[in-house]
Amino acid sequence: MTTTHTYDALVIGGGGAGMRAAIELSGAVKTAVISKLYPTRSHTGAAQGGVCAALGNTEEDHPEWHAFDTVKGGDYLVDQPAAMLMTEEAVQAIYQLERWGLPFNRTPDGRIDQRRFGGHTAEHGERPVRRACYAADRTGHMILQTLYQQCVKRNVRFFNEFYCLDLLRDQDGTTAGIVAYELATGELHVFRAKSVVFATGGYGRMFRVTSNAHALTGDGPAVVWRRGIPLEDMEMFQFHPTGLARLGVLLSEAARGEGGIVLNKDGERFMERYAPTIKDLAPRDMVSRAIYQEIKEGRGGGPNGDWAFLDISHLDPRVIQEKLPDITEFARIYLKVEPTKEPVPIQPTAHYAMGGIPTDTEGRVVIGSDETVVPGLYAAGECACVSVHGANRLGTNSLLDLVVFGRRAGDDAARHAKDAELAPLPEKPEAHTLDRLNGILGRSAGDNGADIRKELQDNMFDLAFVVRSEEGLTKMQSILGGLRERYDRVAITDKSALYNTDLMETVELGYLLDCADALVASAIARTESRGGHYREDHPLRDDANWLKHSLAYRNDDGSIRLDYKPVKMGPYIPMERKY
Amino acid sequence: MATAAETLNASDDQRVGTKPGTMLLTVRVRRFNPEVSQDSWWDEWTVQCEPLERLVEVLHQIKWRHDGTLSFRRSCAHGICGSDAMLINGRNQLACKVLAEDVGPKVTIEPIRGLPVLKDLIVDMDPFMDEYRGVLPFLINDSGEPDKERRQSQEDRHRYDDTTKCILCACCTTSCPVFWGDGGYVGPAAIVNAHRFIFDSRDEAGRERMKILSEKTGVFRCRTTFNCTDACPRGIQVTKAIQEVKRAILFERF
Repeated sequence: MTTTHTYDALVIGGGGAGMRAAIELSGAVKTAVISKLYPTRSHTGAAQGGVCAALGNTEEDHPEWHAFDTVKGGDYLVDQPAAMLMTEEAVQAIYQLERWGLPFNRTPDGRIDQRRFGGHTAEHGERPVRRACYAADRTGHMILQTLYQQCVKRNVRFFNEFYCLDLLRDQDGTTAGIVAYELATGELHVFRAKSVVFATGGYGRMFRVTSNAHALTGDGPAVVWRRGIPLEDMEMFQFHPTGLARLGVLLSEAARGEGGIVLNKDGERFMERYAPTIKDLAPRDMVSRAIYQEIKEGRGGGPNGDWAFLDISHLDPRVIQEKLPDITEFARIYLKVEPTKEPVPIQPTAHYAMGGIPTDTEGRVVIGSDETVVPGLYAAGECACVSVHGANRLGTNSLLDLVVFGRRAGDDAARHAKDAELAPLPEKPEAHTLDRLNGILGRSAGDNGADIRKELQDNMFDLAFVVRSEEGLTKMQSILGGLRERYDRVAITDKSALYNTDLMETVELGYLLDCADALVASAIARTESRGGHYREDHPLRDDANWLKHSLAYRNDDGSIRLDYKPVKMGPYIPMERKY
Repeated sequence: MATAAETLNASDDQRVGTKPGTMLLTVRVRRFNPEVSQDSWWDEWTVQCEPLERLVEVLHQIKWRHDGTLSFRRSCAHGICGSDAMLINGRNQLACKVLAEDVGPKVTIEPIRGLPVLKDLIVDMDPFMDEYRGVLPFLINDSGEPDKERRQSQEDRHRYDDTTKCILCACCTTSCPVFWGDGGYVGPAAIVNAHRFIFDSRDEAGRERMKILSEKTGVFRCRTTFNCTDACPRGIQVTKAIQEVKRAILFERF
């Protein structure tokens, strides 16, 4: 049985970007949020360190400095007008969060306190600057809670534990709605709408070591990719240097912002050699590569020699207690290490997708090198690529991205929904989804999805992580081909209608394979090193050939076609990235 | 549906054995699936895992290797999202904050109590979220908005810091014997979230929230058993927060 609902606008995903868009939409048009989790379970809540804006509360700062840092941090693959817009709007966005009740830490005179963060500098790289507004080391938690509170206040309609499984477009490509699966009942729902905003987050679960939640399986990018939308800059994935060893659980860069340092097994503060000016506060891609280099040269610690160490033991215990309580608890619980006394074992962890669904600065999804707008389709947050993060996102800019572009997408989606008519639904809109699900449910024997997932994660970690090469990536591509064949034979044991998480995990695995396909194909083609994409066979940045965004399209036969579009430049001329 | 305990056999020796640095953990889970039976039943598995393995990953191992029908919620797997609250050896905890060595060699897992069980370890969270929504859990301030931020002293900010940590996992509320009863009680989590605003110097609706909480389903049903404080995975002093709200209502001071 399929139920059909009609709304003006839908938001897919109940995290920070989705709820920020929903707040904007709900006052203007009839809106619903489709979320596979209860919204407060979303991964925005795991963000720790802060959200940057040039408030200048503790020292001089300017949005323009922030824009420069964002562009340079992104290794010049950032669309500069978008970065300038984001850093300008950052200031009011933060004040708005405060007025909605976000409990920021305060300065002695009661203003929002700010601290240092990687890659954020004064006067175009001269020295670190205090720009990150924060609430202890649970800033993301407080943003998620505050946005949810505002949704409660506005009576936003949520469909919790509904999985978006398909995007519906009419013959002209205009957005007509989506198909969703209700976890509680196993029923399919067709949602008609004029505007659909995808805000489904990232896809870090394709890697073995990741800071990402189990839910981060690239649902939005994969769903739209299968319906003809390209994915932009998928090879640009951020590996955060300070994941808890073995587990990948994030230890915030705020630890270094507060004075923590990274050590090798000899106790050497090696970042002094790699980034003499800002040292441990260098951008994440550089610190992750430095850790790899230390490991390669035999200075890694731990049983396999592949760990570095984060040392905060020299900090004032009160600072640790007040500003870094959660991450110290993670080290205590999961590694049984006492961070106030000893260095914490770390290793780089898959953290953030810079790439995703291509959008303009209004959140509208755009296709092709001429950026044709797809009517009624929007994306915001980690699943989108505006692109404000380019080849490497600066710390704190993800939270900023989701409030700024969540708002802008919501605003434009409301405008569109007011003007547009509902697009006609395709005939039997849910038939395609039903076939997919019945295919999985109908097989009594076949491959185990968990095996496929594990092989995907292990191999992506070995072959498409911090350091890449043509040989490794090509091998990964052929492994993905094999995993895809096995995925088409997957069988599950749970055949029930109620809360069939076995079935949904299998669907999510398909999304991960899609995103991995796009990532690897784009990474093979990009024969240069830039930001998070480091090719040991092409170790230098190549602006002459590669100062452009990748666009990966999925052909009907499942093969991938790559195209490119220019980076939108601005005042900043690409220069060598030194810190 | 097999109800017998899954036993070890030779073909499992790669997964279940005594590899150095690993341990055997017997996991007993209370199962329920209304499509199978109106009664719950117990299943038991013995799995090999690392001593520092998180219990939520042990449950994954069971789901992925032994029984795909085992159903539970989870997401972040490090104690931030609040999805995997369970009754673990008689105590409400997040399965991602419990390590195998903390509970071995045998652990019993049941759904949290006081909310309708829907399937295995999944309970209906809607009644819990309804109580949360009932306390006006959002900042209310109609005195005009400044151009920049509202000022708040560090002391005032500190006043409600503890209750901002809540992740709505329901560990506290579903450990409360008063909540289990059928008299109606908003429960600790809703009070924690009311506290977070009542004691926020920027908020102006404290009295309204206290009126809601002084009704017969409100704070005065609390019997100060401290179960909630023991259960909170975020270390919130829940009982203390409830007492502060009680005092604020009695003395109109907050």
